[in-house]
Parts: sequence; structure tokens; C-alpha cells
Amino acid sequence: MLFSGIKSRPLYATLQPDPFARFNLVLVQGEGVNAAVRLLECAGDQFRMRTTILYAGAAQAADRMRSFQIQRMQFLPTIETLLVRVDGFLATAMMGTRLYTAGTEGFMGQVIQHAGNYFIDHKSIITEHCGSLARRIQCIHCRGATENVTTNVVRCSHCGVDLLVRDHYSRRLAAFMAVSADAEAPGTLPAIEKIFR
Amino acid sequence: MSDGREISVRVSDITVVAKDIKRFRLQPISGALPLFSAGSHIVVSIFADDRRIRNPYSLTSVGDPSGYDISVLKTANSRGGSVFMHERVTKGTELVISQPVNLFPINLSGRKHILLAGGIGITPFITMAHQLASLNQPFQLHYGSRSKERGAYAESLKEAFPDRVFLYRDDEGTFIPIDALLRNQPLGTHLYVCGPEGMINAFLKAGLAAGWPKESLHAERFIAPSSGKPFSVKLVRSGRTIKVDEHQSILEAVEDAGVKAPYLCRGGACGQCETDVVSCDGEIVHSDNYLDPDVRKSGSKIMICVSRLNGFELALNL
Ligand code: FES
Repeated sequence: MLFSGIKSRPLYATLQPDPFARFNLVLVQGEGVNAAVRLLECAGDQFRMRTTILYAGAAQAADRMRSFQIQRMQFLPTIETLLVRVDGFLATAMMGTRLYTAGTEGFMGQVIQHAGNYFIDHKSIITEHCGSLARRIQCIHCRGATENVTTNVVRCSHCGVDLLVRDHYSRRLAAFMAVSADAEAPGTLPAIEKIFR
Repeated sequence: MSDGREISVRVSDITVVAKDIKRFRLQPISGALPLFSAGSHIVVSIFADDRRIRNPYSLTSVGDPSGYDISVLKTANSRGGSVFMHERVTKGTELVISQPVNLFPINLSGRKHILLAGGIGITPFITMAHQLASLNQPFQLHYGSRSKERGAYAESLKEAFPDRVFLYRDDEGTFIPIDALLRNQPLGTHLYVCGPEGMINAFLKAGLAAGWPKESLHAERFIAPSSGKPFSVKLVRSGRTIKVDEHQSILEAVEDAGVKAPYLCRGGACGQCETDVVSCDGEIVHSDNYLDPDVRKSGSKIMICVSRLNGFELALNL
């Protein structure tokens, strides 16, 4: 499902340290911890001393990141609070700052969207997808966003229209587009499947 | 462009703008010229004696859209295109040019722009500086030249943007302070460099070493096709075998034979002319800036606008 051939569909790689970066900001959510740990393992001391990690997720899962000598690590209760903290860092950041992010697509999409407010090119952000494939979608009819969608058809949490989830992705909105599923034949929906696990 | 929609123009004015640099004003013979964005270039066809040479030149005109300006540095040890422009082209000469193409656009999602020019590499920055100024975008132009008489447009640019243009001169021992410029720039700064190959390579490397992502580092470099021993090229799809002369590029030889091949920059930068190598009995001399080292090593592709063969015959999927 991650590779549909639709061009707007983002692709992700694995976290790799940029040895030249002056300052590394690593933004981790949930199972993204696995990617962050691999990053810290393969990076040298120099890198770790220039690195700050912000993490949103279950506290015990983060224990594995603690064993590394990194400059700073902070735990935030939610993605929203993490993003507020990101604002604090980026508002005064200089060139030479590198962004890394690992977690679900919805999380990384919001990080990339946020970074864009600080003129960071999305292609320069190092990403790794971890955890569920659940999607953050936007209803093209009422513009409301619905989080954690796992099925091909879902009811809009704002306007109640039954939506078909597309692979068409908007970086600006950090969401997949979803369109009315029964516009042609009202009441007739395609078979509902759980496909974004 | 390689779509065949070439434009006939007449040279309406020639001005010496620096030592060995002339500016040519080109007016369309009929109709109006297409508008272009800052950083664009055109490819000029030059019929030098028996050969057709096509050279890319940045557009340097600001303001009056009724004609295009290009600025040409006379380079003695090259294939003769610039010498022909300097010595044989006069007011009234007719030339054929391509549509404008932009391979060096300003990244308008940036926050600040640092333009670095060396010598004739100033040409794309003339339009870029004016566009950035008119968009009210923060920018700096740092321009190094060998001496005062070689620094084309240095004075007019300094006059237009006194606080934003910085001039350096080799003969005075002043150089663009690249490392200092890379330090302490706000997030979202983009760097653009155009000049001699060595300068471009050094500046891009310094940028990466300062922790800048490659997406923020931009360069415009047109490589002149290299000269070398003649060889033949078998065009597998069109079933012909042609000869590539000493001072000719494969692309030029292909075109002379009446076969169409895609191109945009003719300088080894854009990737448009990438061609599959079917077989090859010698060593491909890659001179482009496009192919990945792995592809290069595999010998499966060649950029026919600049690269050639050191050998007898090359078979191409053309
Ligand atoms: S035409 Fe641009 S690389 Fe050859």
C-alpha cells in the first residue's frame, strides 16, 4: 500500500546521520524509537553531542534512547505539545540544523508541514516510517481532518459523509485526500476493508 | 529547446562590457519573444564556417522585453563559438536561438538568497538580483573577478543594489569569504553559485561541510563539449553510422545527420540528452555533471551533449 505509483504519495527512507550537521533535531513518535535507536547506534559521539531528541509516546519505550550520551532529550505527552516545542527550536535555528523524524505518516507529515513554516525544504528532512500505516485524511467536502484511519472507506468525523481514502497526498495539509464514496450511487458503498494497518 | 521551435533573431546592438566580454542585443525578426524567468538561458546556433555550434548563454536583459541580451566571453582555447561571436557577428547578423529554458531558478520558498559569482558566471545573477529585489526578498550578491577591467556589470550592479552587492578582485587579493558566509545564516537560506568549475566544486563542498542540505545549494555550470580524436557512432534505431569530428559533440554530429535527439542545456547539466549505450569498443570519457558515479562506471549511459568516446565505435540507442 505504501507504493501506489501516485506521485504525491510520500516515500520514506531510513534515518542516517549527517556527519556535517552542526545541530541535529530528532523528532520521534511511538515506534519511531526503533529508528532513533538505530540512528544513535551508527552515529559517533560527535553527532550525539550535537543532538536533541524530542519524543512523543509511551515513556517506557523511550528507555532505550536514554543509554546514549545525547545532548538533550525531552518527552512530550502529545504530538501537539511536541510540535510547539519544535517551533521553539526552529524559530531561532541557523543553517546547519538537520531535522530527522520517525514515526507514523500522520506524525511525520505534521513535522514536515511545520518545518515548512521555517523554510525547510521537505526533501532535506530525513525520515523513517515506523509503526502503523493508519492515515490522517482530509475530507475534500468539509475540509475536516480525521486521524488514524485504517479502512478504505470511513465516515468523515466532521460532516458525516462516507469517504473513500485516496493515495493522493497533500504536503501542505499533511493529509491524504478523501472523497465521497457514494456520490454516483448514493447509499452504495464499496466493500469496507481494513487496509492501513 | 529541442522541440524545433527555434526563433530567428537579428543582432541590433553590440556593446563591449568588459575585457573580452561583449553584450549582444537580439531582436526577433518577426513577432515577440517569449517572456522568461530570472536565471534562464537560451541556446544560440552559430554557423562557424562548415560547422554548426550551439552554445548556451544566460539571458541578461532586465526591463525591456522587446529583445534579449546575452553576454559572451571570448575564450580562445575552445571550439570557436565565442570567437565567432566576437569576431564575425556584427550589427545586423541573423542568428537562430532556442526558446528560453531555466535550469537555475530562484527557490522562491526560501527566506534569504546568497548569490556567488566568479567571472563571467555573473550573467545569470543579473536577472536574479533584479527579480529578488522586486519581490522584496532578502539577498546578497558576492562577485569575484580577476581585475577591474574583467568585472563585467560590477559597477552597474553595485549602483543598483549598493548594500547588497559585494565585489572582490583577485588582483587586489580579495576573495569571496565563503566560510564566513556559510556561518550564521538563518534557516531557509539558499546559496547559488556560478563561475569556473573549480570555484563551483569548492563552494558546494564547503556548503555541505558547513552542514547545509544539498537542497539549499544550487549551481549553474555549462560544460563545453570536450574535443578529442574522431570516432564513429552507430545509431541503432535509425540504422545509420555517423562520424564525430575532433571538435564536434556527439549531439552535434547526430543533428547534422538529420536525426533528432532531446536536449535542453547542451552543457552536461540537465540530464535531458541521456542516451543508452548499446555497445562500445573503447572508453567513454564522461564530462557531464549529471550521471551518478555508479551509472558512469557501468558504461550503460552517456550524456551526448558533452561526453565522447576514446576508441573506435560507439553504438547508441538513437
Ligand atoms: S542536454 Fe543537458 S545534459 Fe545534455
